[in-house]
Parts: sequence; structure tokens; C-alpha cells
Amino acid sequence: MLDVPVPMNIFQTILILAFAFLAVFGEAVCDAPRHLLGAQINLLPALMIFAALNAGLPTLALLAVLGGLWFDTFSANPLGISILPLLAVGWPVYLRRDLILRDLPFAQFVLGAAASAAVPALTILMLLSGSQEPMLGWGSLWQWIVMTAGGAVATPFIFALMDWCNRALGYQVRTENSFRPDREIQRSRKKI
Amino acid sequence: MFKQKNYLALGAVVFVAVLVLSLPTRATSRLKLAVGSWFLPLFGLAGAAQQLPADLADSVLPRRELLKQIDTLRRENQQFKTQAVQTTAIARENDQLRALFNWQKQSPWKLKLANVVMRDPANWWRTVQIDLGTRDGLRENLPVITAAGLVGRVSSVSLTRAQVVLIGDPNCRVSALVENAAHDTGVLTASDPLDTSLVQLTYLASGANLKSGQNVVTSGLGGVFPKGIPLGQIYDARSVEYGLYTEARVKLNADLGSLEQVSVLFP
Repeated sequence: MLDVPVPMNIFQTILILAFAFLAVFGEAVCDAPRHLLGAQINLLPALMIFAALNAGLPTLALLAVLGGLWFDTFSANPLGISILPLLAVGWPVYLRRDLILRDLPFAQFVLGAAASAAVPALTILMLLSGSQEPMLGWGSLWQWIVMTAGGAVATPFIFALMDWCNRALGYQVRTENSFRPDREIQRSRKKI
Repeated sequence: MFKQKNYLALGAVVFVAVLVLSLPTRATSRLKLAVGSWFLPLFGLAGAAQQLPADLADSVLPRRELLKQIDTLRRENQQFKTQAVQTTAIARENDQLRALFNWQKQSPWKLKLANVVMRDPANWWRTVQIDLGTRDGLRENLPVITAAGLVGRVSSVSLTRAQVVLIGDPNCRVSALVENAAHDTGVLTASDPLDTSLVQLTYLASGANLKSGQNVVTSGLGGVFPKGIPLGQIYDARSVEYGLYTEARVKLNADLGSLEQVSVLFP
């Protein structure tokens, strides 16, 4: 369990939210995955995994709320229905993140796959329980597989991209110098 | 202490989600509009980026090619003008005949061209957004068509954009009529999520004589879609529910997978 609060890095929060903003817009505008694979790939679950493993609690909450709202704005989903599935995926990962080998691409791949599979399934469950009638059929199974695989493949790339952006644009933590003037050995002929 | 913070954050997010979900429809659509307006700069950028290759292609197109295109367009224009004269004469004749039989006069359709600006990012809905809104006179439930036939209806409208729910989405049911001897009527309902070209035509009479290739048009029942808009052709048919009624698959005329421009019909 995480007991030490993670220092808030506002730049990282802005970066994650900006990426989510662009990802949602890209999913709505770019139709290529739908033409090629028969389904649109959602990058928000993969981003949620990144945020859960690398960012603080406020960032995670903001990403769930804003990402969900942005996604539902362009969709026929009832507004706000995507918030809880995103949170349900990010929250457990956040709580157990010290036990996860977050730097391994395979771990990122597996977590991305699990998140990308869980988010649409949970959203569909919520829609069905809210007396909505989404378009479901045997083809949905293929779409679910494509979404899972697409999210899994995208996760390590998102990690690499965000790390690069953080290194290139973010401020670095200043390392403490081991030199301390009060501990300096004074060498002098004068008697103190 | 940190655990308490965890639960506070969790509670806050759940509270926001439940609050937004329980808002009335009117407030939700206003909120969607407000959130959607954040993306307006990106829409501008995307539009400019899409226009750039076309402008570049235009600038490098040889003069000879342009003159050829102008010539083709002039010829087409001449043909359409001749057809328009014929159509006007036929319409006049139709009006006279309707007057003779005391039938209601048919008002001509008014169309407004719109660009499809985005698609639903969720795979379980089939909707698109167009660049017309209330400022262009759009309102809910107006039919949306292409030259090939019906594509859907306007489901929600904001000032500058509107959401169109396409045929095949469970929220877009169309009363349809098969152009055969019996004029069988049914309801066009949902389709398979992967195949946008085939939709189900249900609640047809058990003895419906359906053959593949028969035209299907809107029946005019239901009050949303005017009668006679082409939908597609019968692909195959089968008896369901122990022969209680017949179900058919209809191959749509309009290609819903690659819509770029549509027309909103003002009946």
C-alpha cells in the first residue's frame, strides 16, 4: 500500500489532460481504425494506467472526470457514464502501484489490455442497467478484441511518449548537493 | 491520513459522476454543448488541415485540366437545367391532377447541405456530427439524406452542430415499405455493429412475398420521415418466431461508413 504522498507535478497533470483531450478529439475525427479494423480504439484506458502508475491522486480523479466528460460529449452516451469505468480501472492500479513493475513494457502491455477490455465492458453494463439500448451483436466481440489489443499495444507507446515529454519539457527535480558549509573542516593556522 | 484522502477523492469523483448522470436532459445537452465548445479551436485547425491539401492540389492543377473540368461542368449544368424544366412541368401536371382529385398539395423538399465533421468515438452507437445547428434552422427529428437515400435523423442540435443518428442504430427506427405487389410494410431496426451496409427489416407480415433486389423506401408512417425516400434493396428474408412474422435484411443504398456530405431535409 502506498503510504508516502507523491509530490504533485502540475506539468505532468497538464500533459496527461492535454493528451486525453487530443486523444478524444482524434478518436472522433480520425476514422481510419474503424475502416481498417472495424472498431475505434479508445486511448483513455491506457492513459489511465499511465496516470495511475505515475501521477498523483488529483490527476487520476481529474483524468477520470474530464476524460469521461470529453468522450461522452462526442458520443451518444449519456453524459458522465464513462467516468466511473475509467475510475474503476485506474483506482485499483493506483492503490497497488508499488507492487507493479511499471517500467517493464510487458507489464504496461498487460495492464493496458486489461484496462482497455474492462472500460468498454463496464460502460456497456452501465448503459444496459440504465435502460439504454446500445448496438450489440456478434460483431461487438470482434470490436472488443480490437479495442483490447489496440489499447494494449498503445500503452507502452503512451508510457514512452509521456516519459519523453516529461524529460524534454518538464522541470527536473533538483538534486541535493552533499556539500554543507557548516560541516566543512576549517584548516587554518589561526587559533579559533 | 492518506487513506482518508484516497476515499475523499474517490467519493468526490463518484459524486460528480452521479450528479452529471442524474441531470435532466435539457441540462445535459447544455453541458454537452459547453464541454464540446472547448474543442472549437481544434475543429478550426482540423478544417484548415483538411483544406490545405485540396488548395495545394488546386494550385498545381494545369490550366488545360481546369478548362476541361469547366467544360464538363457546363455540359452537366445544361443537362440539369433541361431536367429542371421537365421536372417543373411534371410537378405542375401533378398539382393539377391532385387538385382534380382534391388531394393535398405536395410541398417540395428543402435541402441544406452539411459536412460530416466527426463520428461517434464509441463503437456501440452509430452517430455522426454535422456542421449545421439551430442557427441554420435545424431542429430534432429532421431526416438526413444523401443522393443515394436516407441515412438517418437529427437527434440533438446545438448552435453550430447537430448529432445525426444513423440507420442501424437502435435509436433510429424507420417505418419502411417494400415496393412489391402487396406493399409490405415493416420497421427498419438495428444492424450488426461491424456491417454498416445491412440492416434488419422486421415486423413484416408472415406471408410477405419478398425477393432479393426489391426496393425498400420510407412508408411515411410515424411522422418523422416523408414517404418515398429510398432506403435500399431486400438482401434476404426469413420467417421468425415460428412463422409469426417475417424478417428481412436490407442492403442500404447510402454508404454509411464513408459519409462526408449529407443533406438535411426540411419537409
